[in-house]
Amino acid sequence: MTEPVLRVENLSKSFGALKASNEISLDLRPGEIHALIGPNGAGKSTLIKQISGNLQPDSGRIEALGRDVTALDTVARARLGLGRTFQISSLAMEFSVLQNVVLGALGARGRAFGLFRNVMKDKALLATAQEALTRVGLHEAAQQRTSDLSHGQRRQLEVAVALTLKPRLFLMDEPMAGLGASGSKDLTAFLERLRHEAPILLVEHDMDAVFALADRISVLVYGEVIASGTADEIRNNSEVRRAYLGEEEQA
Amino acid sequence: MGRERIFNAGILLALLLVPLIAWKMDEPFLITLATKVTILALAGVGLNIALGLGGLVSLGHAAFFGIGGYAMGILASHAQNYEPLFSWPFLFEGSNQMPLIWLVAVVASAAAALVIGALSLRTSGVYFIMITLAFGQMLYYFTISWSAYGGEDGLSIWVRNEMPGVNTLDPIQFFAVTFVILCLTLWSAARVAQSAFGLALSAARQSEERVETVGLAPFKLRLMAFVISGAITGLAGALFADLNRFVSPTMLSWHTSGEIMIFVILGGVGRLYGPVVGAAVYILLEHFLGGISEYWQIFLGLLLLGMVLFARGGLIGALLGREVAHD
Ligand SMILES: Nc1ncnc2c1ncn2[C@@H]1O[C@H](COP(=O)(O)OP(=O)(O)OP(=O)(O)O)[C@@H](O)[C@H]1O
Ligand SMILES: [Mg+2]
Repeated sequence: MTEPVLRVENLSKSFGALKASNEISLDLRPGEIHALIGPNGAGKSTLIKQISGNLQPDSGRIEALGRDVTALDTVARARLGLGRTFQISSLAMEFSVLQNVVLGALGARGRAFGLFRNVMKDKALLATAQEALTRVGLHEAAQQRTSDLSHGQRRQLEVAVALTLKPRLFLMDEPMAGLGASGSKDLTAFLERLRHEAPILLVEHDMDAVFALADRISVLVYGEVIASGTADEIRNNSEVRRAYLGEEEQA
Repeated sequence: MGRERIFNAGILLALLLVPLIAWKMDEPFLITLATKVTILALAGVGLNIALGLGGLVSLGHAAFFGIGGYAMGILASHAQNYEPLFSWPFLFEGSNQMPLIWLVAVVASAAAALVIGALSLRTSGVYFIMITLAFGQMLYYFTISWSAYGGEDGLSIWVRNEMPGVNTLDPIQFFAVTFVILCLTLWSAARVAQSAFGLALSAARQSEERVETVGLAPFKLRLMAFVISGAITGLAGALFADLNRFVSPTMLSWHTSGEIMIFVILGGVGRLYGPVVGAAVYILLEHFLGGISEYWQIFLGLLLLGMVLFARGGLIGALLGREVAHD
C-alpha cells in the first residue's frame, strides 16, 4: 500500500469537561474515500476542523501530504492542498455564485494583490471558476446572489469552491445535507469520480451514500473511534449497529 | 448598477455646479463650503475602504487625517520661516509646493497605518475599535505636547501653498484641485473594489473562514486595506490643512474620527459615493441647522439613528436599495 495522504495520530481535543476528540487515529490513502460516521455531537466536525487547521488540538499529531502540519495554520494547510467544505455553508453571501468560485480560483493562484484589474474579467480565473460550477451542475446559477441560493445549492457551491483549489485531498463535512434524494444521487456519482483526482475524508449522515462510496468507514461516538474497517465490516459490526446504525433503523 | 451610476454622476455634478454658480455670483464662502465637503468626502472615501470594503471599524482615522495635516503644517512652516527642516544628508528647507506636501502626507500616513494596522489587526470587533481609538488618542496627546510645532495652539500658515500652473489663492481654483483629486480617488477606489484584492478583502469581511480555506491570509489583506485607507485619509488631511491654512491637534481628536465615520454611515457604508453624500449632508446640516440652533447635532443624531435603524445602507441605500452583486 502506498503512503497515506493524511495521517491523524492520537488526536485529542476537549471543550471543558467534554472530550470532543479522544485519542483519534485514522488515515486516508490515495484514491480512497474514507467515510466518518457517527451520531450528532460525536465530534466529526471537530475532527475536520482540527485537520483543516481551524481548531488547535490539545494533543496528537496531523500529517498531510508527507508533512507534519500540526503547527500550520489554515491558510498554510490550504496552500499545501487541503480542500475543505463546511457543514454550515461558509460562503460570501453578498457575492454572486460566480464571485465565490472566482475567489477560490484566486486562492489557488496564491495571491490576491492585483489592485487595478477587474478580477471578474480575468479569463484564466473565470475559466477555472466556470469549469468548477459546471462540474457541480451550478453553472446556470452563476449570476445569482449567493444568499438567494437554496440550502442544497449552497452545498454544491461549497464543493465547487473546493474544486477550484485543485486540492490534493478533500475534507467534506456533510456535503449531502439538504440536497434531497436526486441531489444526493448526483453528488454520490460525482464523488465517485472525484476520488480519482484526490482522496476524500467524508463526513456524512446519508448512509446510502456512505455505503455506496466508502472504501473504509470509521465510526465516531463520543469523540472516540469505536470501529474502523471496510463497509462490510462496519455493516456487520455489532457494536456499531447498537451504537449507531440501530438508532438509524428505528428512526 | 445603472441607476447607481446615474445617481453618482448627479452627485458629482451637483458638487461641481454649486461652487461654479457661487463663483459666478461672487460668493466665495459657498465655494469654501463646497471645498470643505470635497475634502471631507475624500477622508471618508479613505475610511470607506477599510470600513465598507474590509469591515474594519476604525475609530482612529483622525490620526491619519492629522498626520496629513501636520505634514503640510511642518513642511510649510519651515518654508515660511526659512528654517531648514534638516541639513543632513542634504539641506531641506521645507516646502510650500502642494505636490511634494501631498507625497509626504501620503507616505507618512501610510507608514503610520502600517504600524497601527499591524498591531491593531490582531484583534477584531470591539477590541479593534478600542485599540484604533487608543492609537488615535496617543497621537492626539503627542501633538498637544509637541511644542516645536505649536503644541495645543497648532500651526498657522500665512499663505496657502502653491501648485504649479494653479493659483491656489483663488478659491475656485483650489476647489478645482480638490475636486480633481476626489474624482481620481473615487475612480481608483472603484477599480480597487473590483480588483482581485477587493474581492478577497470583501470576502474576508463576509467570512474570514472562507478566505482562509482558499489559502488567502485575511490579516495581510486587511493590513493592505488599512494602509491604503490611511493614506487617502492622510491626503485629505493635508488638503484640509491647506484649506484652513491651519493645523491643530483637533484634527487628530477622536471627535474627528467620529465625524469621518458619520460621513460614511450617513451616506452608506461600502457605497462608493456614500462618503460624498454623507459629507455633503453633514456640512449642510452643520451650516444651516447650526445657524438656527447650537444643538443641531441632536438632529444629526436623530438622522443617524434613523439611518442605522431603518436604512442600513445609509442615504444611498435608502434611495437606491441594496447593492446589486455586479458581474
Ligand atoms: N467550540 C466549541 N465549544 C464547546 N463545545 C463545542 C465546540 N464545538 C463543538 N462542541 C461540542 O463538541 C461536540 C462535538 O461537536 P461536533 O460539531 O464535532 O459534532 P458532529 O459530530 O459534527 O455533530 P453533527 O452530526 O451534529 O454535525 C458537541 O457536543 C458540541 O456541542
Ligand atoms: Mg458536524
